[in-house]
Amino acid sequence: MAVCIAVIAKENYPLYIRSTPMESELKFHYMVHTSLDVVDEKISTMGKALVDQRELYLGLLYPTEDYKMFRKLHNSYTDVMCNPFYNPGDRIQSRAFDSMVTSMMIQVC
Amino acid sequence: MLKSCVVSKPVIEKWRSSPPPPNPVLLSSVFGGRSKGITRHVHLALQVWRSAQGWLEAIASSGAGDQNLFTSIYPTLSQQLPREPMEWRRSYGRAPKMIHLESNFVQFKEELLPKEGNKALLTFPFLHIYWTECCDTEVYKATVKDDLTKWQNVLKAHSSVDWLIVVVENDAKKKNKTNILPRTSIVDKIRNDFCNKQSDRCVVLSDPLKDSSRTQESWNAFLTKLRTLLLMSFTKNLGKFEDDMRTLREKRTEPGWSFCEYFMVQEELAFVFEMLQQFEDALVQYDELDALFSQYVVNFGAGDGANWLTFFCQPVKSWNGLVLRKPIDMEKRELIQRQEATLLDLRSYLFSRQCTLLLFLQRPWEVAQRALELLHSCVQELKLLEVSVPPGALDCWVFLSCLEVLQRIEGCCDRAQIDSNIAHTVGLWSYATEKLKALGYLCGLVSEKGPNSEDLNRTVDLLAGLGAERPETANTAQSPYKKLREALSSVEAFEKHYLDLSHATIEMYTSIGRIRSAKFVGKDLAEFYMRKRSPQKAETYLQGALKNYLAEGWALPVTHTRKQLAECQKHLGQLENYLQTSSLLASDCHLTQEERAHFCQEILSFANQQVDSPGHRVLLPMHSFAQLRDLHFDPSNAVVHAGGILSVEITLYSQMPIPVHMDQIAVNVHFNIEKNSYRKTAEWLTKHKTSNGIINFPAETSLFPASQNSSPGLELSEMFERSPSDNSLNTTGIICRNVHMLLRRQEGSSSLETPSGVALEDGAHVLRCHSVTLQPGTNKVAFRTQAKEPGTYTLRQLCASVGPVWFVLPHIYPIVQYDVYSQEPQLHVEPLADSLLAGIPQKVKFTVTTGHYTVKNGDSLQLSNVEAMLILCQAENRATIFSNSREESSVASLRIQSSDKVTSIGLPAVPAYHVIEFELEVLSLPSASAAMGERGIQGTPELHRKQKDRQKSGHCMVTTDHKVSIDCPWSIYSTVIALTFSVPFRTTHSLLSSGTRKYVQVCVQNLSELDFQLSDSSLTDTGDTADLQLTPLNPQCEQHIHSKQSVFFVWELQWTQEPPPALCCQFSVGFCPASEEQLSISLKPYTYEFQLENFFTLYTVNAEISPPVGAEYCRTGSLCSLEVSITRLTDLLEVDKDEALTESDEYFSTKLMYEVVDNSSNWAVCGKSCGVVSMPVAARATHRVHMEVMPLFAGYLPLPDVRLFKYLPHHSAHSSQLDADSWIENDSLSVDKHPDDQLDCSSVRSRGSVASAASSEHKGLPMPRLQALPAGQVFNSSTGMQVLVIPSQDDHVLEVSVT
Repeated sequence: MAVCIAVIAKENYPLYIRSTPMESELKFHYMVHTSLDVVDEKISTMGKALVDQRELYLGLLYPTEDYKMFRKLHNSYTDVMCNPFYNPGDRIQSRAFDSMVTSMMIQVC
Repeated sequence: MLKSCVVSKPVIEKWRSSPPPPNPVLLSSVFGGRSKGITRHVHLALQVWRSAQGWLEAIASSGAGDQNLFTSIYPTLSQQLPREPMEWRRSYGRAPKMIHLESNFVQFKEELLPKEGNKALLTFPFLHIYWTECCDTEVYKATVKDDLTKWQNVLKAHSSVDWLIVVVENDAKKKNKTNILPRTSIVDKIRNDFCNKQSDRCVVLSDPLKDSSRTQESWNAFLTKLRTLLLMSFTKNLGKFEDDMRTLREKRTEPGWSFCEYFMVQEELAFVFEMLQQFEDALVQYDELDALFSQYVVNFGAGDGANWLTFFCQPVKSWNGLVLRKPIDMEKRELIQRQEATLLDLRSYLFSRQCTLLLFLQRPWEVAQRALELLHSCVQELKLLEVSVPPGALDCWVFLSCLEVLQRIEGCCDRAQIDSNIAHTVGLWSYATEKLKALGYLCGLVSEKGPNSEDLNRTVDLLAGLGAERPETANTAQSPYKKLREALSSVEAFEKHYLDLSHATIEMYTSIGRIRSAKFVGKDLAEFYMRKRSPQKAETYLQGALKNYLAEGWALPVTHTRKQLAECQKHLGQLENYLQTSSLLASDCHLTQEERAHFCQEILSFANQQVDSPGHRVLLPMHSFAQLRDLHFDPSNAVVHAGGILSVEITLYSQMPIPVHMDQIAVNVHFNIEKNSYRKTAEWLTKHKTSNGIINFPAETSLFPASQNSSPGLELSEMFERSPSDNSLNTTGIICRNVHMLLRRQEGSSSLETPSGVALEDGAHVLRCHSVTLQPGTNKVAFRTQAKEPGTYTLRQLCASVGPVWFVLPHIYPIVQYDVYSQEPQLHVEPLADSLLAGIPQKVKFTVTTGHYTVKNGDSLQLSNVEAMLILCQAENRATIFSNSREESSVASLRIQSSDKVTSIGLPAVPAYHVIEFELEVLSLPSASAAMGERGIQGTPELHRKQKDRQKSGHCMVTTDHKVSIDCPWSIYSTVIALTFSVPFRTTHSLLSSGTRKYVQVCVQNLSELDFQLSDSSLTDTGDTADLQLTPLNPQCEQHIHSKQSVFFVWELQWTQEPPPALCCQFSVGFCPASEEQLSISLKPYTYEFQLENFFTLYTVNAEISPPVGAEYCRTGSLCSLEVSITRLTDLLEVDKDEALTESDEYFSTKLMYEVVDNSSNWAVCGKSCGVVSMPVAARATHRVHMEVMPLFAGYLPLPDVRLFKYLPHHSAHSSQLDADSWIENDSLSVDKHPDDQLDCSSVRSRGSVASAASSEHKGLPMPRLQALPAGQVFNSSTGMQVLVIPSQDDHVLEVSVT
């Protein structure tokens, strides 16, 4: 189940981050941020080993007993990127993206 | 089966404790058989053996027959069997393996044969062997056959088809018996009796104890057979087992299915694989069990519960962690078998088995990884199954388990391996730290006061759930159990353990580059320290974490950490830091309004407290408090004159949640004198206008990482440094004006948190605004200042102060400047058009820049009048008055008074720094001397040449300069202004003759761009000669002369008496611009004076060409005669009196030279082309010359030119260079073209001689000179005549070379 969905920029700042129980929003932020350690690690080793093969799913990023996290909403993200008015690097404010994320969260909760 | 397990258990345990086993170990149970009689049944049991080179496989078989015989053979058998490997082919496409077989032989017993439905694989007898050395038919028939039959029957009853009969041959035995049948007969008999179709089920082993080649051969054949059969049976039975197991698994949806039962079955398979050293396969069995269980739990969570699962939902009563030090935790296994295990028990047991196998596979890091997953999933499963767990129990379990796993891994790896695989274990460390922290908080070990009784009760309960320490760790000093007990025993012990763990975790995270995780653990640690009232220790961790979050732009963590930091700083008494953090928090949109107001109030209350101690300032950066959005200058171009008023309005966006009353808001201004700065001139002012004068400042985006925001571009400008003494250039260079933006430290977030980066500049120039209340959001603050010293003022810093708290914006960027200038009064006069034309009214623009001078009423410009230039006063003159920035304008009237010498222009009263503009009309009068510089055709050669030059370089007009001196009211000195007027026309004249009649032609050329109207042309004789008449042949009407065009005028010259030798004429024509309708004043006409000399005809020349005698026409190539007659028309006149005139007896004659020249090369002159004649000075005197010419072309040919010169004697006293010049000019061409003729001329020999003739005169050599007759004195009556020449009939080619 998805409780938090985050899109992170290349420079490791959040382009988009949303979580469902608003009370634990801060916790999720910390969690997502900390998981970037593993993302960094995985991406750097992936870069070395397989240049072409793009494994989009990075697996478990942050060890937590509470939730299993995953990152897979590439298509919607691609749509956002294709928007000519979107400036890559800006925080994502697309309504379509937002509703997509909402649907992803509701679906499983 | 039970029995077998009991038997096998110690064996397994023994083996597990010392992996890998160096020697074959008996695994399966040994079954005894019937011992009576000579035959013995021997079961071969499973054995596992491992050699240095790889795997050996084990097989169980059973034997029967002679016990003694078997005992004697057994050593060889057990030694030889594993020697050769066999290929093990497996079902379901699994890869075949080469295995070595080793067996355990057990005596046959009927009751130990497996019954139907038996699932024990470990104790399964795979092959039954009957041993006999019977060689006597009688004996065979008597005992062996029966025995065999029984044995076979028993096997059949248990449907066992894997058997073998071994007949051992012994030569020694044979020899003893005399009546023996051939041995084959026994074997044949056995085969006959028992092996219907399977003859290979009976083998012979010959002399097994001897050492001969035959023995060896026999052994080999036997062993091969044995191996094959063993393997066959093993494969078959294993497959059957697996099938049974799957069948059982498929029944899992049936009610009454028990996971625990199934667990035991599949574990049996795992055990077998493990014994076969197929750890991978063994692990798969456990993983399958794991997955099956996990799936059930998940399904349970989704509402699809299985009955057997409810059993695992019993409350957790024991939480003593994983046990990984034993290969098989029999205690837990029994619980499972008895179906009494809890979820934690099952998970623990399962994981301990997986761990054991993974360690065999030498994958300790996978253990760590799986352990973390296991711990997480256990916690989740307990939640999902809603198992009641006492608070803290799980934390204990997880903590113990983490440490257990870590210790287990450390036990089997060396230090270097561990260090290089921190990434795998650090998660467990971190988890353990987290859990210990949770336990500490739960048990009141973190609070300041220590645990209360409730906490102590809880601790006791938790410790009770741990039970007693396990025997295997009882002797370990650092066992997880001991650690946990100790940590929970006292506040101090807890602190020690927690700090140890935290530091170790942070260190490990840092060493593998997981900075964020390290910071996160650090934050927990900081929280702990804050609880322990040691904020100084907490601060470092909080700062570190905050820096990281800031650098990567994580807003919520930044806010949260800042809040913690603020508390920490408050405790530490770091006043400035606290205030700064407070200001950041007060502006933080992620906080609630109340929280923000609280932090804002913190600042304000501090500011109010400190009112009594003046001088102390707390400097804080502005950006968190308020943002400078834009700035607006009035005047908008930000340039004011000295003394002018400049207002600056800034827009501040206050980020405080509540209105804040500021004591003052100030802008520090840096003053810089820039001399001769173009920006400050009035000219610049009028040309450059900023659109609206608003400067926008980019919004601070402090939360984005620096790399994201493209840094601003370089703002470079040139820099000149001049020496103060002589203003010469000392240094020059380029300076970057926004260094502070570009060279900001990348790790600059730390400086954001400490106010040390802010310094207040002390400037003499400050724009201030007192007592301003900043409302949340946009505020406008206006500054007003009176400009004083001229120079450039740069706005550097913006400060807002409330009490001792100063919010400072250290750099205002982009650079904002305003300029103050002072200006001297100036007068500027320039023509309105490109150039001024003489003769007609022209407009001139006067611009008075008042500068710092204030024009009072009565101030006037005094223009000294110039004779040749009139200032035309119009009825009404208007002046336009502008401010310097051209923003406002008004119109005032001018008073212009003219007297004889001075024209006075009264200026309107105008304040300083304004511009007065007005126009005046001036008229340049054509002055006779200046304008009419040309004097006839024979004017001075200088002028003549100058005109030629001008013509070459384009149609340049003759110009006149008029200098006007103007007295200005602000100066004691006069300003002299030069105005240049151009004469729009150029005039030339020429004299035309027709026989003795004379005409004067005047050509007027318009050089200007304007069209003119010409009228009233007239030509007058200024000498007023009597009886001379000038008759105009021109149309009377007005004439238009367009730009760049010419108009010709002609007069006939008539006289009755003897004309004067020279005639002075004046041409005059009225003109006015064609476009203008009406001019206010009458314009003076344009005049042109010239002189005519020698204008009447003395000689006529007539040339005539006649064809040869007898011919009708001239022909090319044939000589024709040329008759030239020169006739004197008058008697002696004044003009004749020159050196050439000779007088004898009242009879005058003059010497003339004639010359025939054909410039167009139509004619070849044969013979002399020139000659000197003495001409009587008398009317009607005629001289005829005859010469021959030859036409070179056919057609109407113009006659050759005949020229006349005066032939002057050499002793001429006043021979001047002038004459020679004119001679050269007039005649050089003709002389050039007839070098042949010149040979005949005594005076002119060659081209070079012309020059020598002139130069020789200077040397005084006696050489005659030629003087051209003035054009008016000779009339060539044959000019323009033509002669018809027809081509010669014989087409002789005449070659003529023309140079």
